[in-house]
Amino acid sequence: MPRLRISLTINGEPRETDVWGGESLLYALRERLDLPGSKNACEQGECGSCSVLLDGVLVCSCLVLAAQADSHEVTTVEGLGAADDLHRVQEAFVAAGAVQCGFCTPGLVVATADLLERVPAPSDDEIREALSGNLCRCTGYQKIFDAVRLAAGIDA
Amino acid sequence: MEVLTPRSLDDALRLKAELPAARFVQGGTDVLVELNFDRSRPAALINLNEVAELRGFLRENGALVLGSGLTYAELMQPELATALPALAEASRTVGSPQIRNRGTIGGNLGTASPAGDALPPLLVESAQVEIASVRGRRALPLAEFLVGPKRNALEPDELVVSIRISPSGSRQTFMKVGPRNAMVIAVCSLALSVDRERGELRAAFGSAGPVTGLVTAPLDEAERFPAAVAAAASPIDDVRGTAAYRRHALRVLTGRALERCLA
Ligand SMILES: Cc1cc2nc3c(=O)[nH]c(=O)nc-3n(C[C@H](O)[C@H](O)[C@H](O)COP(=O)(O)OP(=O)(O)OC[C@H]3O[C@@H](n4cnc5c(N)ncnc54)[C@H](O)[C@@H]3O)c2cc1C
Ligand code: FES
Ligand code: FES
Repeated sequence: MPRLRISLTINGEPRETDVWGGESLLYALRERLDLPGSKNACEQGECGSCSVLLDGVLVCSCLVLAAQADSHEVTTVEGLGAADDLHRVQEAFVAAGAVQCGFCTPGLVVATADLLERVPAPSDDEIREALSGNLCRCTGYQKIFDAVRLAAGIDA
Repeated sequence: MEVLTPRSLDDALRLKAELPAARFVQGGTDVLVELNFDRSRPAALINLNEVAELRGFLRENGALVLGSGLTYAELMQPELATALPALAEASRTVGSPQIRNRGTIGGNLGTASPAGDALPPLLVESAQVEIASVRGRRALPLAEFLVGPKRNALEPDELVVSIRISPSGSRQTFMKVGPRNAMVIAVCSLALSVDRERGELRAAFGSAGPVTGLVTAPLDEAERFPAAVAAAASPIDDVRGTAAYRRHALRVLTGRALERCLA
């Protein structure tokens, strides 16, 4: 029952799709635009696994209407780096062993990239604050912190 | 479900007058949760993101006029944080960076939850809610705008345009009790100011009554104020805490806030 046509820029490319009015940007990305990198875990803003940048601002894509992204710019985890050309944050997550099941990883990578863009050498408190909207059931966060410090070039 | 995206305040008001059952969406951090879990299915949604008149803030004869579309992240920026420190502190406790980047004061007023974190600091600063519809404009003191748990004084065709405050410049602070520092709905919360100009102590509590409540006392009654605030609250037992705990916590928070603001 798609009803509404939206046009937006995703990862630098113009895209178009039909959406249903009540549908989230997360749903449109995953189910209509073939971008399953952003994960759906809670659909209520609690876990951060759906984090994307909307006009350069970190948001939960599960809490944005697809229709609200019309004419705007979205960057998803797919836009940060490709398998053969990883973003330094993705590389650091691999190198530090910050990935277990991997479900939280895309959201954490986007949130970390956003942090390092604004604060190149964050303190542990700044890291904790910046990632407070991203939950991980597996790692206990130690390795995630290692990965952020590694990506920032900070000696632990 | 239709989504209508007005480009101006006039268009937004006209749409709401034509479709009073439509729901506004600004940051969506309350509305999308309801939609995602199928808790509500409004006839239509009116997306306010493109209405420039609701964004930002301005100064008018010493007063601050905060657009209803101001986000918590914007309220934390130095200029507003200096003028309205308790509101900035409250904003810092909201959700997570992702939520603070999207959630707005207009949405907090729209939801009118007794746990809304923007409400106690606004109440302490005697905020006026500026409301518009195709019929015209009106302003209400926040205390009259909040009429019950999750209920506000808006008519079906009305919209919150802005919030007007004459910053008191008084020492003020915000405190919130919850199981962790991020992503918590307040078990209870408190904004307090020591207004030496008016000779008044002012406190507003959240999550401790059907609406955010205001308590005032003369400056020289600081000693009795924690008990007075606790007594003014009418908390309930729920999943987040008991009424007795909330009353106790308010007493403790008021004492600590006084210490901070009288120092
Ligand atoms: C994970 C998570 C954590 C949260 N943590 C907190 C927290 O710590 N403290 C807290 O207080 N809240 C919290 N919230 C709730 C929410 O973020 C706030 O209430 C926020 O202020 C809502 O703003 P919004 O712009 O996103 O509202 P929306 O969801 O867009 O709208 C909320 C309501 O207000 C109405 N509305 C919006 N704008 C207007 C307007 N201009 N005029 C009239 N009506 C309007 C809408 O129709 C709707 O009924 C949290 C939410 C989530 C999902
Ligand atoms: S799926 Fe969006 S925050 Fe969990
Ligand atoms: S690695 Fe499994 S949730 Fe984080």
